[in-house]
Amino acid sequence: MAKRIDISGLTAYYGSHKAIEDISMTVEPRSVTAFIGPSGCGKSTFLRTLNRMHEVTPGGRVEGKVLLDDENLYASNVDPVTVRRTVGMVFQRPNPFPTMSIFDNVAAGLRLNGSYRKSELNDIVEKSLRGANLWNEVKDRLNKPGSGLSGGQQQRLCIARAIAVEPDVLLMDEPCSALDPISTLAIEDLIGELKERFTIVIVTHNMQQAARVSDRTAFFNLAAVGKPGRLIEIDETERIFSNPSVQATEDYISGRFG
Amino acid sequence: MSHAPTGVMERPQPAPPAPKKSSLGSRSLPRLAPLGFAVVAVALGVGLSLAAGWESRIQWGMLSALFFLVISYVATTVVENQRQAKDRLATSVMWVCFLVAVVPLASLLWTTVVRGAERLDGYFLTHSMAGVLGFEESGGVYHALIGTLEQVGIATVISVPLGLLTAVYLVEYGKGSLAKAVTFFVDVMTGIPSIVAGLFILSIMLIANLEPSGLMGALALTILMIPVVVRSTEEMLKLVPNELREASLALGIPKWRTILKVVLPTAIGGITTGVMLAIARIAGETAPIILLVFGSQLINTNPFEGAQSSLPFYIYEQYKIGEVASYDRAWAAALVLIAFVMILNLVARGIARWKAPKTGR
Amino acid sequence: MASTTPTDTPPAPPVDRPTPRSTGRMGDKVFLGLSRGSGILLLVIMASIAVFLTYRSVIAISKNEGNFLTTFDWNPAGDPPVFGIAVLLFGTVVSSIIAMVIAVPIAVGIALFISHYAPRKLAAPIAYVVDLLAAVPSIVYGIWGALVLVPHLEGLNLWLDEYLGWTYIFEKTEVGIARSLFTVGILLAIMILPIVTSVSREVFLQVPKMNEEAALALGATRWEVIRLSVLPFGRSGIISASMLGLGRALGETMAVATVLSPNFLISLHVLNPGGGTFAQNIAAKFGEADAFGRDALIASGLVLFVLTLLVNGAARLIIARRKEYSGANA
Repeated sequence: MAKRIDISGLTAYYGSHKAIEDISMTVEPRSVTAFIGPSGCGKSTFLRTLNRMHEVTPGGRVEGKVLLDDENLYASNVDPVTVRRTVGMVFQRPNPFPTMSIFDNVAAGLRLNGSYRKSELNDIVEKSLRGANLWNEVKDRLNKPGSGLSGGQQQRLCIARAIAVEPDVLLMDEPCSALDPISTLAIEDLIGELKERFTIVIVTHNMQQAARVSDRTAFFNLAAVGKPGRLIEIDETERIFSNPSVQATEDYISGRFG
Repeated sequence: MSHAPTGVMERPQPAPPAPKKSSLGSRSLPRLAPLGFAVVAVALGVGLSLAAGWESRIQWGMLSALFFLVISYVATTVVENQRQAKDRLATSVMWVCFLVAVVPLASLLWTTVVRGAERLDGYFLTHSMAGVLGFEESGGVYHALIGTLEQVGIATVISVPLGLLTAVYLVEYGKGSLAKAVTFFVDVMTGIPSIVAGLFILSIMLIANLEPSGLMGALALTILMIPVVVRSTEEMLKLVPNELREASLALGIPKWRTILKVVLPTAIGGITTGVMLAIARIAGETAPIILLVFGSQLINTNPFEGAQSSLPFYIYEQYKIGEVASYDRAWAAALVLIAFVMILNLVARGIARWKAPKTGR
Repeated sequence: MASTTPTDTPPAPPVDRPTPRSTGRMGDKVFLGLSRGSGILLLVIMASIAVFLTYRSVIAISKNEGNFLTTFDWNPAGDPPVFGIAVLLFGTVVSSIIAMVIAVPIAVGIALFISHYAPRKLAAPIAYVVDLLAAVPSIVYGIWGALVLVPHLEGLNLWLDEYLGWTYIFEKTEVGIARSLFTVGILLAIMILPIVTSVSREVFLQVPKMNEEAALALGATRWEVIRLSVLPFGRSGIISASMLGLGRALGETMAVATVLSPNFLISLHVLNPGGGTFAQNIAAKFGEADAFGRDALIASGLVLFVLTLLVNGAARLIIARRKEYSGANA
């Protein structure tokens, strides 16, 4: 199911402000691609253009192409709702539906997309929670509200919710930044397992994390203060961290700025 | 972790009825389609209503709205899909809700302006009803204007200081159970029906053997006005940044002078707006006036003695006479009242907007 | 705290210091006294409303030969005096319920429209238009209702009678123009629309962005976002907004007094002219009432007071609870 993403000439705006400019890259299927770069360089904005969440922000609009296995997400006949159903997303802060039980949270996306028999739903919820390494912790309290879980558990619940609808791509926007080290480790392990099935793109501030979980890494930077963010380079993670081809990347990674 | 893959890998078998993944693209209606639906629906609604010989425009509107909802739902279901159709239906319902609210407002304002303008002139504004019989076409609203201005004026003079002080207490001093009680009862007081406020003053009048007068009406209006002033002032005082207070206190200025010289002046724009909106609200109150001021056909400039009239009371009185001429007077007075209230509203909001950048940060 | 600060500050302007300090102490005391006094005065007013109304009501009820709760008549001037609130309570509750049934869904629709659907540029003007509805004085609603709305409702009433007459409620057994509880309910619905709308709107705007994004990212349509995130979050807000509206509807006087053609009967045929409400009855009967008649009216007003107090108090408590709840979770 995992699909390749081809981005070409992508520029995103907030109103008249240009946030990112002319980004082109390819994200390989069944791999983890990490986006790194200093704050405000537009990596989260770029991530949100990949499932058309950017245009939800007031004034947000996008130019350019995002091809998901040769289909342009921004073609005029494409419904953003279908796109988001195909490209799942996990946010910086865990955001389970506060009034729903754990079970209903995982089932929420499925229920939107059609009717399922109770037994089918049970199977999928269990499978998704297992997939998110959460099943053993919550199997006895599926009917309790999701907001009662710890932060790390909530984030895994959100991942379970996202993978329950079998997306082709999973976008993660700094999924560990609100979590403690142990929960972070759990999520990182999980990412390693999930890449067998999904194309994963993760934004992270933590370079060790990028080095640990990703196969390829893209480095973003601002040309100057007030200028839009740009893609500096994208390459195998090993190369980016050992021998990047651009000086700015090396400066950033070795901690000389950012 | 060992358990995870088992559930994951065996995906071919009980796989959910995975919706077709072939294509992201889908057919969709053009953006202006809803407008087209609306035109068709209104045409159908009006046409059918005319054919059925219904006279009421309300029925025309309801039928058109129904057609609009059905057409947009069915069309979206056919061209797009059921989920989109539900979304479209919700959007259409909300548009209809908004129109349902606008139609009465427009009708009310339109009727008042058109009917009121027939009779409204300089004569109407400068003469009382002294010696005018209900069916006669002369007479005016002067005595009622005087009454309204005096009663509202007195109520304002009492309410504003009380309301301001209470709000200052709640924001600047208030902690503990007294403040909590005051906050709660201010909220509850906002909901007191005007007729109950009137009955309260009436019961005092019965006990103390007082005669009806403009003052009694003004006291009832005060009860209605205070909570509004407290609420709006409180909101405004909360907007004043704490740094300002601290800066002033750090200069050694006592708290009461800080409040008077720094806090209140900073919030004055918003407070003025709140007071004007409160005035606009009580100026239209009729019920307490019926009970406490009694109404009069004559000019009585003394609010402390004798019956008076007021604009809203005058409208009610003229309406109850039930003659063509008195209906005309009622509409004309309604126009005067609405103009008064709307101008207050507009000016108040203007002040709020004009003052906002200085305090709102 | 304020009164102690002067001693700590550097002795910059030595000339002024003695004066502000002393007026500071005194001034602070006076000012605090005044403002606390105003707060207390408000409580006293609330208490005395209850006490005075109760006092006069007791006078009235003690001489009442009918049953205050169950008598279908209002004749305090008679010999013996007989009056009861059964019809008024019924009419007040029924007309308010009709108003709620009509107004709450529409108000929630408008609130959602303003907070989530309307184009950004339209949202503020639309909110303003709805607020204008609140600015119109109730007496103007009254004459508009009586002279414009009533004739326009004839057709609708015939319709309801014809197609929904089997429900009993919408059966119109009496001819006569639409000066009925149903018309009153419609008018009250228009009048409470703004408050229900504005309170719900506030709540909907407070829905955390991340809850909505959670739904969006699952591939939810706008309506599904509202169903999954906005409505569950706003439910208690809608309830309290409705109760605030209910409080308004219960106590409305002039719009009812002008539109209704009252009688002292209880009938569930809401399309028939007739019935009465507390506030309408007070306004209508006051002119002809003697001193005792006024006490009787005050007694009915006390019931209305308690009714609105309960409804408004409950609404405020729900709002307050919700604030604590959402604050703890944030």
